[in-house]
Amino acid sequence: MSLARDMMTIAAVSAGAFFFLAGTVGLLRFPDTLTRLHALTKADNLGLGLVVLGLLPQAGSLRDGFKLIGIWLLTLLAGATVSQLIARTAREGETAK
Amino acid sequence: MSIATVFEVVLATVVLGFGFWTTAVRKTYSAAVGFVAYGLLVALIWVRLDAVDVALTEAAISGGLGGVLLLGAAARLRDSETTAAEAPGNLTRACAAVLSVLIAAALAGAVWLLPEHAPTLAPRIVANAWATSLANPVTNVLMAFRAMDTMLEKVVLLLAIIGVWSLAPDTAWGGRPGPCHRADPNGVLAFLARLLPPVGIVVGIYVFWTGADHPGGAFQGGAILASMWLLAIMAGLADTPATSRRWLRCILIAGPGLFLAVGLGGLWFGSAFLAYPAAYAKPLILGIEVAMILTIAATLGLLLAGAPERSVK
Repeated sequence: MSLARDMMTIAAVSAGAFFFLAGTVGLLRFPDTLTRLHALTKADNLGLGLVVLGLLPQAGSLRDGFKLIGIWLLTLLAGATVSQLIARTAREGETAK
Repeated sequence: MSIATVFEVVLATVVLGFGFWTTAVRKTYSAAVGFVAYGLLVALIWVRLDAVDVALTEAAISGGLGGVLLLGAAARLRDSETTAAEAPGNLTRACAAVLSVLIAAALAGAVWLLPEHAPTLAPRIVANAWATSLANPVTNVLMAFRAMDTMLEKVVLLLAIIGVWSLAPDTAWGGRPGPCHRADPNGVLAFLARLLPPVGIVVGIYVFWTGADHPGGAFQGGAILASMWLLAIMAGLADTPATSRRWLRCILIAGPGLFLAVGLGGLWFGSAFLAYPAAYAKPLILGIEVAMILTIAATLGLLLAGAPERSVK
């Protein structure tokens, strides 16, 4: 049982790390603000989501598990809000030009 | 080398890199962003050192509220930055560099010369934890064993807010601090400012409450509450209160005032200044902390809001 849990952790955290890597590459390589934001949201939402999913089997108690999920949800909320704000500011800057 | 050591080496390198970058970068805004990232990474170092209480404070103050303060300062400087031609001369820069190198060398030397087993009071603190029936040794030190320091810290916060307010022009004295924030009431920021505070207030109170037995406490909880208040202010949902309001001033002095009163009570009824009677130690500490979290939240929020700018009308 412990082996199955560890396998799930390794698989999910590795997948999450891949999304973080892809998001970072996108942030560095993509040409403009909106596409860079698109790359970053993948890292934040999916990457962190997969890392949290991978850590859930390792959580000591149900409470710790809920805390992990809570952190992921709060990051989702913050990430979505900030990317909206940045995208709107970028749009306004473009139309003003 | 274990994975943990590799992680620590990478973390230390990145933090040093951020330190250099924050100092060297030209734009004030970039330096402020660099400092926020630096603060959050330093918090990770504190976690690695098992100092979770310090890590929470570092993340809340350096990464969070300090970052907001610096970004606000950068935004205010932006207009003058392009026109300011009087950059410091080479001599000034050289002197500053020499001074910084000397300080860094002195600090490095001090760390190098530390004794192998640093003198510690930790075992005695753990042994005397029964006196307050609080399990978190940091809270025990802050609220009981070195309560004098904590009380004086709160007085320093009060002095800081007086210092900020004294920058107000005569016409705005007693008025509302900071500019009036107008945001789209149907916008994203206003949405976040409606959605997040209920969660944030619960988390803030939880961090405060759990501080008795686990990492956390009034300062960290107060910082979270202050950030929720500031979010509502920045989204235009709430306005900063006029600084002449009596209730506001009562909250600002509640923490240090109650602390001082309990301390004098200890002198009167007990053995020494700030000595809690053993039977009432926990309720007294809790009461002081409740007053302190309100004071801290209000003080940190008002420190960030700035000097009064709008007169009472």
